Amino acid sequence: MSFLQLQGIEKTFGDVRTIKGIDLGIERGEFVVFVGPSGCGKSTLLRLIAGLETIDRGKLVLDGRDITRLPSSKRDLAMVFQSYALYPHMSVADNMSFALRLAGASKSVIDEKVQRAAQILNLLPYLDRTPRELSGGQRQRVAIGRAIVRSPKIFLFDEPLSNLDAALRGQTRVEIAKLHRDLGATTIYVTHDQVEAMTLADRVVVLRDGQIEQVGTPLELYDRPANQFVAQFIGTPRMNVVAADAVPQFEAVLGMKVPAGGFVGLRPESIALTAPAQGQVQGHVDLIEALGAETLIHVSTDRGAQFVSRQNERTVLSAGDSVGLRFDPAQAHLFDAQGRVARNAAAHAH
Amino acid sequence: MTRTDILPLAVRTVSAWTATLLIVFPLLWLVLTAFKTELQAIQVPPQLFFTPTLENFGEVQQRSDYLLFAKNSLITSLGSTILGLLIAAPAAYSMAFFRTRRTRDVLMWMLSTKMMPAVGALVPIYVLAQTSGMLDTLTGLTIVFTMSNLPIMVWMLYSSFKDIPPEILEASRMDGATIWGEFRHVILPLGMGGLASTSLLCLVLSWNEAFWSLNLSSAKAGTLAALIASYSSPEGLFWAKLSAASLMAIAPIVVFGWFSQKQLVQGLTFGAVK
Repeated sequence: MSFLQLQGIEKTFGDVRTIKGIDLGIERGEFVVFVGPSGCGKSTLLRLIAGLETIDRGKLVLDGRDITRLPSSKRDLAMVFQSYALYPHMSVADNMSFALRLAGASKSVIDEKVQRAAQILNLLPYLDRTPRELSGGQRQRVAIGRAIVRSPKIFLFDEPLSNLDAALRGQTRVEIAKLHRDLGATTIYVTHDQVEAMTLADRVVVLRDGQIEQVGTPLELYDRPANQFVAQFIGTPRMNVVAADAVPQFEAVLGMKVPAGGFVGLRPESIALTAPAQGQVQGHVDLIEALGAETLIHVSTDRGAQFVSRQNERTVLSAGDSVGLRFDPAQAHLFDAQGRVARNAAAHAH
Repeated sequence: MTRTDILPLAVRTVSAWTATLLIVFPLLWLVLTAFKTELQAIQVPPQLFFTPTLENFGEVQQRSDYLLFAKNSLITSLGSTILGLLIAAPAAYSMAFFRTRRTRDVLMWMLSTKMMPAVGALVPIYVLAQTSGMLDTLTGLTIVFTMSNLPIMVWMLYSSFKDIPPEILEASRMDGATIWGEFRHVILPLGMGGLASTSLLCLVLSWNEAFWSLNLSSAKAGTLAALIASYSSPEGLFWAKLSAASLMAIAPIVVFGWFSQKQLVQGLTFGAVK
């Protein structure tokens, strides 16, 4: 049995079923990321686990103990909030030691743990400051420190990087990954950013409309999405998905049968651009995004289907140029009319 | 052009002083009269310069036991403030942090009870006080004061608690705090300003309360408001003594208000200005 077991978890706010029966097992030491578009219920699910919302139906079992109806204060979980939620009237040290002081730990134990956490997070010079005297990144580290000090059973992160600027976000992401590697603590992390999900997670849980769309390792989701939603949610730029009849003789071009009313999905790296005559399909360039290391080229075919192609070289093309498109049939994903996967791309050589 | 340029400084100063004097004039007159003899007090034209006397104050204490009324005022004000806080703080907490669709309506309803003239509830409350033996008791007055102040207290505390980000409370819950711990370690220190100004206002309102103390108390539980009223009858008006009694009644709360005006003003903005 898993370390944390979610069994048929449901939550309704008013008339809206926000969480529609979630079954999931999380193993000890695992880093699990809940990802999905806004409103998919990922934060609500985290708050249900935290005990900040009550579970309407289902069961939550942590380490063999049923915690479904237990108040937050008794669950032995620590949470890092998006807004940091530091206690503004306490020093950094007091913020970090608050839980231990409530639990009645001795002063020597508290001091030792706070010192250790502060050292790990480079907060030693700031222990006597109040949160308002810290920068956003430092506040974030205090919030993480507050969680570490407690050695909880599970760390819960609710979009912890959303309030940081892009540079700091990347840096803190790496720090969180290192921290997890060093501490080995079970972690549940909520984000709407699929790059965070891909880089941090052992396993990613993709949510939509209060339901799980797919659970898997980051590369499983990338290579073998269960449906069109996951296929397009994971990966930037997103997978090109076009109706089978949007391209003339698409089946012939790909050499495979597409389900009736179905869709073809091709990652941007699976589409090569050639001279018009050499292409399987002809089109013209709409827009070029030169990012330095890679170049994204937006192309429309003569029949109006739109594709993004990614290449690692710089391009001599410019907007308006005619080009040919060549698809890599081995890398094509096929979806039926309901968006379920009918065929995934051939496994990549790892 | 900024607003301060519209009128020259001199005009603004003069008008501010005129307005202030107009508002404070009755109070100044009362202070003057309190130090006159009864004869001087009714002289026409009134004297602005005279030899002040303290005899009125001594007589007020002698004739009607000022200290007893002052004690009653103190007990009912403090009592109703504490009782009010005990009820209003949990109410405001639940409305600020566990909002429902009806929270707004409940708040409006509470405030609307302040729109009703108190005299409308006089007969029922009088009968209730009488049958429960609370007439002319400090307990009875304290309860009535509390009830009349509760809507304002809940409103003020509600707006001060609402400024506390709910995630901070959630964080404390995750850190293992019970409701009491949450209150003691988070709400109390962060809501101190609101709690202080609410208590101050409630003290002032209870101290100044006249309607209920005149109607529900007489000799035993009478507050200073009842003391002042007693000087307008039955022997006729004794202006100097009436003024002395009034001065003694308002002095403590004026001094108190002077020292706490910053907190009071902050509380009365209802959280609109931070």
